[in-house]
Amino acid sequence: MKKCNFISIIIIFILLEFTFPSLSQNLDDLLNDNTKSINYIENTFKTTRIVNGHSIESPDKGELVFIISHDFGRINQGFYEFFGLDQGTIRLGFEYSPYSWLCLGIGRSSYQKTYDGFIKAKLLRQSSGNRNVPVSISYFGDITLNSLKWAYPDRTNYFSSRLSFVHEVLIARKFNKNFSLQLTPAVVHRNLVEKASDKNDIFALGSGFRYKITNRTSINGEYFYVFPNQLNSDFHNSVSLGIDIETGGHVFQIHVSNSQGMFDRAFITETKGNPLKGDLYFGFNITRTFNL
Amino acid sequence: MKKIVLICLTLMAATSSFSQKFVTKSGHIWFFSSAPLENIEAHNKTVASALDLATGDFIFKVLIKSFSFEKALMQQHFNENYLESETYPEATFKGKIIDIKNVNLKKDGVYNVTAEGDLTIHGVTKHVKVPGTLEVKQGKIKASAKFNILLADYNVKIPKAVTDNIAKNIDIHVDCMLEPSLK
Repeated sequence: MKKCNFISIIIIFILLEFTFPSLSQNLDDLLNDNTKSINYIENTFKTTRIVNGHSIESPDKGELVFIISHDFGRINQGFYEFFGLDQGTIRLGFEYSPYSWLCLGIGRSSYQKTYDGFIKAKLLRQSSGNRNVPVSISYFGDITLNSLKWAYPDRTNYFSSRLSFVHEVLIARKFNKNFSLQLTPAVVHRNLVEKASDKNDIFALGSGFRYKITNRTSINGEYFYVFPNQLNSDFHNSVSLGIDIETGGHVFQIHVSNSQGMFDRAFITETKGNPLKGDLYFGFNITRTFNL
Repeated sequence: MKKIVLICLTLMAATSSFSQKFVTKSGHIWFFSSAPLENIEAHNKTVASALDLATGDFIFKVLIKSFSFEKALMQQHFNENYLESETYPEATFKGKIIDIKNVNLKKDGVYNVTAEGDLTIHGVTKHVKVPGTLEVKQGKIKASAKFNILLADYNVKIPKAVTDNIAKNIDIHVDCMLEPSLK
């Protein structure tokens, strides 16, 4: 009889376990999702520029971005030129995304009175979750038109001689909330070069980073390495360091760079400043976003 | 002995045939900020929620990244600067409906209830009491509520430059259609 009692107690316990399964099941478990979704990584950089060069970012669909870029004269000119602030070059530009993957832009620089037009297309987006993609990749291509008065009286003034082209593949990864890195293989084609010995095609590898100090400020850096034996020794690799400051609808980017041009051909192939001699230019970009 | 086994078996049959848990993964929560310079509204239609009618236990889970705004820049600032969704990916509300006993699943109608529990937003947990309604309709339950939170309570800082763009008090609306759980 005692043995029988013992067995019955065990049976009761087992049955009770089945009787109230709901007690052991947490409400939390009901919500646990087995199907993970794709988590796209956003805001790899704050704006469409790292410093002078393009970042992986484009305006969101339907947004118009107005960028005023300003580079002053060389800082090491001293007090008479007020450390370069008496001189300056400016670029005014508009960027617009008709689709979330495509950005179109136009701009006008005072540097060589240049008009530029570009497209930037998103090819791959960094994501985690259901689809794991380590990097974002975009294509960037632009055409620039030099509209200075024709400087070569002995040469025919072809329209095409004034054009140059840039193609870049932007490869970026946001490593964490604060740190993003980008590699930018680039090729610059110039229809007309000054001397016969100058190369029309210039290959370069750009790189840039962002490190966020606070939610609204970050340190940005950029370096474009031009592969050797392409440009003469007057020209240097472009190196820039800046700070992004976001204030609501505006982003201010304040930077120091050895390049004065604010479009890609100019700072990749025509950077005259030697950073080691202090040939640096102070400059800033102001970015304003409009919703159309 | 046989009697006890029989009782257990009948209990088992009784509880399993009568589902008391209700869930949704497509609930709707939206909020509204009314400030002198602009009104901001954002909607999230992928709210996960569960309610146990037997005990009154409930839970709401809201993915911060899934709030969509009229302007993309607002959404970016919301995620990057204010709610910091990478550090605090979700908001939760977990607790008990105090007057769950009044709700009769077999009788369609709107029942006024009070939800009491822990509301966690931006990593900060506050104990709150929220009045709302449970509407029983053909075996489904629609949970609705409207309440107000103070951003400062949840450590969401608004810089002085945008105090005219963002309200200190945010109106939150909840509208979730819960269906019987099959689990």
